Amino acid sequence: MRLDLRTITVIVVLAGLALMPLLAWAVDEPYWLRFWSRVMILALAAVGVNLILGFGGMVSFGHAMYIAIGAYAVGALRFHGVEGGLPDLLLAVGAGALVALIIGAICLRTAGIYFIMITLAFAQMTYFFFISQEQYGGDDGMRIEGGTRLGPLDLSNDATLYYATFLLLCGALLVSWRLVNSRFGMVIRGARSNEQRMTALGFPTYRYRLTAYVISAVICAIAGALLANLTLYVSPAYTHWTRSGELLIMVILGGLGSLFGPVLGAIALLLLEDVIAHFTRHWQLFLGPILILVVIFAREGLFGLLTPRRQRSHTAGGSHG
Amino acid sequence: MSTTLLLIQTLNGLQFGVMLFLMAAGLTLVFGIMNLVNLAHGSLYMMGAYFAAAATAWTGNPLLGILFAIPATLLLGVVVEFITLRTLYQRDHLDQVLCTFGLILFFNELARVLWGSAAIPMAIPEALTGFVTIIPGLIYPKWRLAIILVGLLVALLLYLLISHTRLGMLIRAGASNRPMVGALGVNISLLFTLVFGLGAALAGLAGAMVAPLLSVEPGMGDPILILTFVVIVIGGIGSIRGAFIASLLVGLIDTVGRSFLPALLRELFQTQSANTIGAALASMLIYILMAAVLFFRPRGLFPPKGR
Repeated sequence: MRLDLRTITVIVVLAGLALMPLLAWAVDEPYWLRFWSRVMILALAAVGVNLILGFGGMVSFGHAMYIAIGAYAVGALRFHGVEGGLPDLLLAVGAGALVALIIGAICLRTAGIYFIMITLAFAQMTYFFFISQEQYGGDDGMRIEGGTRLGPLDLSNDATLYYATFLLLCGALLVSWRLVNSRFGMVIRGARSNEQRMTALGFPTYRYRLTAYVISAVICAIAGALLANLTLYVSPAYTHWTRSGELLIMVILGGLGSLFGPVLGAIALLLLEDVIAHFTRHWQLFLGPILILVVIFAREGLFGLLTPRRQRSHTAGGSHG
Repeated sequence: MSTTLLLIQTLNGLQFGVMLFLMAAGLTLVFGIMNLVNLAHGSLYMMGAYFAAAATAWTGNPLLGILFAIPATLLLGVVVEFITLRTLYQRDHLDQVLCTFGLILFFNELARVLWGSAAIPMAIPEALTGFVTIIPGLIYPKWRLAIILVGLLVALLLYLLISHTRLGMLIRAGASNRPMVGALGVNISLLFTLVFGLGAALAGLAGAMVAPLLSVEPGMGDPILILTFVVIVIGGIGSIRGAFIASLLVGLIDTVGRSFLPALLRELFQTQSANTIGAALASMLIYILMAAVLFFRPRGLFPPKGR
């Protein structure tokens, strides 16, 4: 592995995240731990979205739905008095995968703008479905009594949750890296650039896409279960369409089609929010134009800026959608 | 379930439908001609409502307020198009979605800064307050009836504009083959600014007219934006006729479904949960409709030819 700017960035960021809790304790800022847990959870979800968006060219405007499903899985189990950790994970992953399989099978019949809109429609359906669940608090959502416990690991402990999230994020990055560079990943990327050619070569692109869609949804569902542990609260707002929009923003901000981009994007977006919110209540007044400028002028995103200019045309996600 | 109630809800659905059409017409044209996904269309609707409310507060006359909102939103639309959207025509949908998402954040916050977070009330024009008897036993608010009539009138004017004028011919030609129209010497960017301004004015009109019925507040454009997208996707993107039919369909199904589905399920199943399930199903109804339409016709009901 050559030590270029991108590799260095990945190492520095991951090392920084690994050491963050020590720093937080040293300066006595427990808030940092929770803030960076949130960053990593959303980064995990963004890595999931990136799998289909960055490499498959599928713009899903509804992936917040799977975060909500993961979070509600934890909430519902606790509500019905089921303790423990394994059921949490099984239900979050199982429900996420099942829903993704059904919804993905319908959505992937369409393409382009119609795909964006139909994923949005399903997210809206989920939104109204959770609102109607009055036993789980309806519109207001519900508090979750106690987090996930996996043997000696208790995720309601801030530090345990932080490192569990960190490891899962690294795991998801590793899985994406293996996937993208496998035969499976080649087919997905091939179908993005030229679907007809892939079909002519004899690949059932629909099935490949569906598999990728389900994997990406499962990653988001796991992020949702972690988010439920962080906030100990879940509400229909988790699947609001602006949340799905934010996930897309993280991927774009970080750099489309790069594995580590979504992590940088999540860090950048949440830091930006946090910093601007320090100065003014009206942080969205500034975030909106910044976003527009990034889309118009910095198309390769943050990770693209780290790439030497002569390589950019190969690595940038370029246009598809 | 009385007939009068059904009639009133049908009229309400019609009113909602024509309002959706005012939104959908602009959005579907913009998409059809320039291939631009504009999420900020809901913000133009919101700004239309605010312009109307502000001008009403200033002049004391709601009718003047609404008449002011139309050119004001048109101007705003042209400015937004000129500054940000122009650079996005050649980009893919993802860039457009994100950029216009940024516009939504900006405009919602701008409304909060300029007019505060609280909802602003707006009066109905004096001549149109009160009720009118349509048939004996059926009374209906005059203002809602006026919205239906204005909406249908706009639909008629749009039809005449699109099918019987030179501008309409260019718009239709642009929708089916943009490069060819450009090659024939038509100033396509001017055409698009015009179309965008027209769409913005219609969104502003919709916002201004419903301002007295709803509360004028930041973010009021977001839910209507999603519904408008549902409409144009069902109708087939780029088709005005599809947008018209889908608007009325969505307006009617949503309104009538919300008022009768819970009661219907209660009658059928006689259980406590029927009510909540009915309410949930009613709010999901149009999304189910959209998913079903896309499942059987992935390009909508009336996809424009030639693309």
